[in-house]
Amino acid sequence: MNCRELTEFLMAYLDGELSDDTRGSFEFHLHGCQSCVNYLESYRATVALGRAACAEDGSLPDDVPEALVQAILAARGK
Amino acid sequence: MSELRAPFALPAEDAALIAELRAGDGAAYERWVRASAPRVLSVVRRLLRNEQDAQEVAQDTFLSAFRAIASFDGSARLSTWLHRIAVNAALMRLRTKRRHPEDPIEELLPRFQADGHHEHAPSAWAVPGERAVASAEVRKAVRGAIDELPDIYRDVLLLRDIEELTTEEAATALGITVAALKTRLHRARLMLRERLDDLMQELEGAPQ
Repeated sequence: MNCRELTEFLMAYLDGELSDDTRGSFEFHLHGCQSCVNYLESYRATVALGRAACAEDGSLPDDVPEALVQAILAARGK
Repeated sequence: MSELRAPFALPAEDAALIAELRAGDGAAYERWVRASAPRVLSVVRRLLRNEQDAQEVAQDTFLSAFRAIASFDGSARLSTWLHRIAVNAALMRLRTKRRHPEDPIEELLPRFQADGHHEHAPSAWAVPGERAVASAEVRKAVRGAIDELPDIYRDVLLLRDIEELTTEEAATALGITVAALKTRLHRARLMLRERLDDLMQELEGAPQ
């Protein structure tokens, strides 16, 4: 397995979906390749960053237009 | 020890509100709309990136929820149920819009030499994600990077990694196979990683 192939298998590896043989090849490459260790860690961090950056952190919009609220309330009566 | 989890118990406040809504209590409905609209609007804005669409879909969301409240089975929080309706309504709107022919994405993905080695050896991101994300500037940059992903990749990333739909749910919602969904999600994460790489390298060595 080379770096390109390892990159293709990253998600399946993290999800525990690789066959024993493929996981063995994946980890064998990883042991000898610091670039791929770095890449794996940054891939994992990317997923975490995306989640955290979009998480609701109390910063919900306070600009819900009153017209929208009124439209929602009116629609119920139709 | 049983491995079964305790059944979900609907909080009393939700049960009371549902009873009021089912009884057609207008004041309760208004309270619910005012309390829930910020979250609904936030979710649909993120998915739709168009204020007019977002407001129309927010309206559709509450109308759908109101019509369905009689059959709500109480197996989740009312807010969770409403969130799911909002995501589905936004997805329906997405399906009726856009879908430009897909631009080539090769330049957005990591590059490799002919022998399969990385073209540029990846360096470690020295600042752990959990510390980096404490910065409002980083959060904004990450959201910006997600927004710049090509539509079909951005949709998958939002549904799986942000809205946390299961693979099967997201595939069904988008009308694609599970295999296609996994491929898109992986590519979306690779593209996002490439976009964040410079930023995260710059953070390296930044004063803590």
